[in-house]
Amino acid sequence: MNKPVPSAIWAVTITRLREFIRQPEAVFWVYIFPILMIVVLGIAFRNQGEEKKSIEIAAGPGAAKVAEWLAVEPGVETTVRDEAECRERLTSGKNTLYVLAKDADAKTVEYFFDPTQPDARNLRADIDRRLQAAAGRTDVVSASDRHVTEPGGRYVDFLVPGLIGMGLMGGGLWGVGFAIVDLRIRKLLKRFVATPMRRTDFLGGIMISRMVFMVPEIILMIACSWLFFGVQVRGNWLALIAIILVGAVQFSGIGLLVAARCKTIESASGLMNLVMLPMWTLCGIFFSWERFPEVVHPLIRLLPLTPLIDSLRDVMIHGASFWSQWPELIAMMLWGVVTFAIALRIFRWHA
Amino acid sequence: MEAVRGIDLSIAVGECFGVLGPNGAGKTTAIEILEGLMPATSGSAEILGMRWGRDDRQIRQQIGVSLQETELSERLTVRETLELFRSFYPAGISVEEAIARVSLQEKTNTWVKKLSGGQKQRLAVATALVGDPKLIFLDEPTTGLDPTSRRQLWEIIQTFADQGRTVLLTTHYMEEAEKLCDRVAIFDNGRIIAEGTPRELIRSLGAEHRIEFSWSGDWPGTADQAISSVKGIESITHDDHTVTLTIDHPHEVLPPLVQKLLESGVILTNLATRQASLEDVFVSLTGRHLNEPDEVQPEKVAGEVAE
Repeated sequence: MNKPVPSAIWAVTITRLREFIRQPEAVFWVYIFPILMIVVLGIAFRNQGEEKKSIEIAAGPGAAKVAEWLAVEPGVETTVRDEAECRERLTSGKNTLYVLAKDADAKTVEYFFDPTQPDARNLRADIDRRLQAAAGRTDVVSASDRHVTEPGGRYVDFLVPGLIGMGLMGGGLWGVGFAIVDLRIRKLLKRFVATPMRRTDFLGGIMISRMVFMVPEIILMIACSWLFFGVQVRGNWLALIAIILVGAVQFSGIGLLVAARCKTIESASGLMNLVMLPMWTLCGIFFSWERFPEVVHPLIRLLPLTPLIDSLRDVMIHGASFWSQWPELIAMMLWGVVTFAIALRIFRWHA
Repeated sequence: MEAVRGIDLSIAVGECFGVLGPNGAGKTTAIEILEGLMPATSGSAEILGMRWGRDDRQIRQQIGVSLQETELSERLTVRETLELFRSFYPAGISVEEAIARVSLQEKTNTWVKKLSGGQKQRLAVATALVGDPKLIFLDEPTTGLDPTSRRQLWEIIQTFADQGRTVLLTTHYMEEAEKLCDRVAIFDNGRIIAEGTPRELIRSLGAEHRIEFSWSGDWPGTADQAISSVKGIESITHDDHTVTLTIDHPHEVLPPLVQKLLESGVILTNLATRQASLEDVFVSLTGRHLNEPDEVQPEKVAGEVAE
């Protein structure tokens, strides 16, 4: 009649899962939010190769001529505006460049742009070439284009592994760290210690439950980015799963360490932000960390999120093999083991 | 600073023992040392022949604990909560049995969030019972509960004690201690100031009855002398609003007392007799009432000492 008694580690795991799915806000942050990020960023940074360039021309006697010349080759849209307005729009970032013809034949033109912006420099070169060609300059060298587009070369392909890494980091820190501080504040941790519960069962259960609710999170992220943007995993799926698991273990250990002594939610969330903030910016979630000056590269590579994202990208985008990722995997395992061991030593069970 | 000092307590198997005292007297500290949740800076605590620091796991298998301010998970049901606690014990009673012992059968599948204060407290006691302990510690199990809930908990504790098991509870409700406890220890400022059965302690006052009265208008100067002239009064306490007399035989003292008071011009507004209580024991030992707010909060200090 009575159900058999479950083992403690299983009971803790299932309890955490129940508490998690019964909290709609937690489900939103873990499952829905990362997908929204992918969709929003994927749309904002989609490749715009097919789109027309929109060029502004300052009103004046030669404006019509410039517009006529720019219309010779397809791909440019022109608008004529007051010069003051063009200038104002340039300084406020609404356009990147405008053209001013100095005479009615447009034999002398001026380009207004900010040379520190690569986009503006490219546009200047392109517009100038179009104008010169339309005005009669002939090319000396005959050139033709052969397009080589690497699959996985779009921004969204770069972004998805970054966001998976970010999700694993946030999930580990919040899912493990926050859960423990919450139990401590409610004196439940103390209440558990008054039972014969093994502490390893408890911590093991917390970590396993985190691994379990990570699975749908990752599947949803990969599935949605494939569905909406056609992002593909080029490497081995098993390698990808192994990297994700090691990454999740690593951040569970860090979450445990962050929560080891915190007595209030405020101190815990402060500490978590302190840990996560540098990694959000430095570790290459949204852009490659190689853009930072070379002197800080060794420092960035020491951070736990860097090897995770690098290795996810290598496998997902470049199809790298599992074994080629051994330095990253070892770095992550070290992070996990060391933080777990320190956390266990300094853990505050009673107060 | 120490929250408790020089505490020497022994509790017999099968006894229901009460630790009484005002807030901040060190009750929680004392009970948490016995529960193994706080290390004693000196001295030792032995439970069922086992010693903290050496046999911790064995002790924990034999005891059940209900702490003062535990917040059980709101989004778990009664059954799920008890399943979790049951999983920590190698042996114990079934979850259904634990639910039955605290009469929460109808709430088995209800979230903790939706339970009343009394039901939550019963669930907390059930988590202490689920490992089938020989000894339970209950830290202020009925604080803040309405009278009905309090009586329900008393019954649960009484049933447990009737099985020949040991209960150690703290309380600042006198009637709770008098009703449940075989023996009590009264704590004040981290020390035990009295220990014994409730009856013994009350008897130690010298007389088992109390007369209390209050008056309106001025207190006539001759009234004090008038009271002292009445035979059979053991002691008199007099404050701004009430006079309390300790006596043995109300029927002998009352008629002459009332007569003398009226003669000396006291306008009585209220007069009552009652049996002496543990509250009176506390008042006679400390000069304060039990539930008066205390300025010092040694229990807080204790939390920091224990780090």
